Amino acid sequence: MVRRVVIAFALVAGFAGGAAAQHEAELEPANNNIANTASLQRGAKYFVNYCLGCHSAQYVRYNRLAADLQLSEQQLTENLMFTGEQPFDTMAIAMRPDDAERWFNVAPPDLSLIARSRGTDYIYTFLRSFYVAPNRPTGVDNMVLPGTSMPHVLWPLQGIQRAVYVTDEEHGGAPVFDRFELVRPGELGVEEFNEVVRDIVNFLDYISEPVKRERQQLGIRVIGFLLVFLLISFMLKKEIWKDVK
Amino acid sequence: MASTEADVFDRLGRGLSALGTWIDDRFPMTKLIKEHATEYYASKNFNFWYGFGVIATVVLVIQLVTGIFLTMNYKPSAEDAFASVEYIMRDVEWGWLIRYLHSTGASAFFIVVYLHMFRGLLYGSYKKPRELVWIIGMFIYLSLMAEAFFGYLLPWGNMSYWGAQVIVSLFGAVPFVGNELAEWIRGDFYISDITLNRFFAFHVIAVPLMLVLLVVVHIMALHEVGSNNPDGVEIKEHKGPDGKPIDGVAFHPYHTSKDLVIVIVFLILFSAVVFFAPDMGGYFLEHANFEPADPLRTPEHIAPVWYFTPFYAILRAVPNELIGVALMGLAVLLFFFLPWLDRCQVKSIRYRGWIYKVALAGFAITFIALGYLGLQRPSNLVARLSLLFTILYFAFFALMPFYTRIEKTKPVPTRVTW
Amino acid sequence: MTPSVKGCFVAESTGFTRRHFLTVATFVTGAAGAAATAVPFVASFKPSARAQALGAPVTVDISKLEPGALLRVEWRGRVIFVLRRTADMLATLAKDAGLLRDPESEEPQQPPYAQNEHRSIRPEVLVVEGVCTHFGCAPTPRFEVGPADLGPDWPGGFFCPCHGSKFDLAGRVFTGVPAPTNLLVPPHRYINDSTILIGSDTGSS
Repeated sequence: MVRRVVIAFALVAGFAGGAAAQHEAELEPANNNIANTASLQRGAKYFVNYCLGCHSAQYVRYNRLAADLQLSEQQLTENLMFTGEQPFDTMAIAMRPDDAERWFNVAPPDLSLIARSRGTDYIYTFLRSFYVAPNRPTGVDNMVLPGTSMPHVLWPLQGIQRAVYVTDEEHGGAPVFDRFELVRPGELGVEEFNEVVRDIVNFLDYISEPVKRERQQLGIRVIGFLLVFLLISFMLKKEIWKDVK
Repeated sequence: MASTEADVFDRLGRGLSALGTWIDDRFPMTKLIKEHATEYYASKNFNFWYGFGVIATVVLVIQLVTGIFLTMNYKPSAEDAFASVEYIMRDVEWGWLIRYLHSTGASAFFIVVYLHMFRGLLYGSYKKPRELVWIIGMFIYLSLMAEAFFGYLLPWGNMSYWGAQVIVSLFGAVPFVGNELAEWIRGDFYISDITLNRFFAFHVIAVPLMLVLLVVVHIMALHEVGSNNPDGVEIKEHKGPDGKPIDGVAFHPYHTSKDLVIVIVFLILFSAVVFFAPDMGGYFLEHANFEPADPLRTPEHIAPVWYFTPFYAILRAVPNELIGVALMGLAVLLFFFLPWLDRCQVKSIRYRGWIYKVALAGFAITFIALGYLGLQRPSNLVARLSLLFTILYFAFFALMPFYTRIEKTKPVPTRVTW
Repeated sequence: MTPSVKGCFVAESTGFTRRHFLTVATFVTGAAGAAATAVPFVASFKPSARAQALGAPVTVDISKLEPGALLRVEWRGRVIFVLRRTADMLATLAKDAGLLRDPESEEPQQPPYAQNEHRSIRPEVLVVEGVCTHFGCAPTPRFEVGPADLGPDWPGGFFCPCHGSKFDLAGRVFTGVPAPTNLLVPPHRYINDSTILIGSDTGSS
């Protein structure tokens, strides 16, 4: 009986997932570039200021971050470390998971790998898709993750927007999301804010796999060597086989 | 007076010879080297389909070595497993490379083994006198599937957890003893730390030991009867005055030098994936697995890893759970019987009738189609297509005794062709 | 069986030398590749970033350390003794040289800044590993002068209960005991007057 329930649950979850996907918000491309160190440095600063209060990045070490982002130890401690950690420590937070669940209904997830599990486009769109929703405890909802417990942390920069719906004749007059409309402007214009979010996403992309650029560079050398080896071994094979008819 | 350089090499040579004789008096070293390399004759007309056996052995070595090094840093407990993988990726020097080699190697193993098996279907490598080679190979395939299944739980990601949950639940479909069986496998009422620890033991030592033994036996069985070739001609039937097959060349140095080239080509492709696309778009390292296991939240879309999806599609094709499980099992088991299902006397597809060519091409397409369908979210279209291809899959085997008996074959040459 | 080196260059047939050359070239390239492949595996044995973090230097606050008192600190899994010596304790260091195996600290058991009579940066504060140089037991602090079990000549110091090795109040080893060398002084430096950083000495004189 239990196994039937599990199988059914799994299939339904898959199905429901499929169904939900049809109404998923369209994701906009993040277009971030992890080779852009300046962007990563800004992203690190935004992350520490806006995200690290609730979201840990528990697999990221500060000293590795400084080395990869070309920051001196002084730049690191002055800009990115506010609560007495050591450079060899990881980006943990003080909030306890059970406290977090009480306050937010769900513990804010660790973000070390979020770019690999959800993708950069998802995060980019998510951070820009908060809109006013007076019936929610946070006062906002998110078009990419409806029902999210996350407040609109970046509202001072983005401003506050509302969701505009149009009636969709093709689907029996049901309201369909059309666009966002700025109700109250923030400190930044739309493009400037997008750049900020892009920097944050870039940083999250980097921390999800800090070794990515190094591995690509090593790959070129490895394949180059193997091509040379291929040539030599092929010539040897031809030489050994030359008398076989 | 001889130059001192030549003297050194002469002395070295004589010393090595003496050492060799000492060993040979106590261990069949030279005998083994002769029997299995320098005087093992295999056909001279091997094409690239014949490289996959060697490549599979290379991948096995890669998995064993990288696996050992991963085990040095991995923690097989529900609490620490996920974090230990990230520890390997970030804190252990070169840990990221060892991890990617192992994850890519797992998928590479299946690509190579499927192509290796397909070669068997192309050239009748499972036919007499090589039935046992084929059967041992099928046991290797089963062990490989077990190894991959146990290994996949170890990262303790969300897909690891739910994939294991679904598959172990399938054992619950067995009549009468199903629930007890599933519980016995899990060691618990649900996939837990206990299950993880035992799957770790299976993956790290039990199945690898079996795999290595089976591979050794597989090669021994092959060498006993000699290798097949793309023409399906038995080269031992035509020996020269020196007693050696005239269409054969010694494995060493001919096939060793040729296989080296093939292995390097493989390593180039392998490295391209390891260094530039280890995730392979979410097929080799799945997105959902970058989140830790969460018993309360199923991933949006559960699918097994790509190499299991053909059989998963067959499982889902039938609405009845028990029949689905039985069909899935049968789909794998039918391969064992190929040597007896195939009634044609001709080994190689080069000389077989059009019926078999169509059937085999259709089977290849069916297998790939089922694999694709197994990856998709369930829907009416997917269900109907899965059923269609499942029927075609079983038709390939079920009808084989009939269509292979009536096919019109071409005359098989007595000597191999290029 | 072994072709002599001279034979390699004698053109028995052009095929043979070309083949020999290609064989050597393949072998050498392959060996280079194999060596390069081995590097990551061998290197992965090195202490990981986490081990380095856990083995990072530790700070010790000695502002409340009374004269004659001993503080125990852990660094890299080893016990470190931090002892604030009294004037009397320091006085014994000059007098007990005759009892010691290496009174001038000539063996490399301390950094250059601790190669002095008091084996420390500041005379009154001793920083030394609490690990006997015989087989690694933790020596017991015995600061009282001339106790019954150690005899009237005991100037105060450390006594190892495992095999009876003795060290003076600067961690210097006595003659006639199993331990061969003085207690190890770890790298350390003063961040300020009341804080010692054990495990790092970059920046110190």
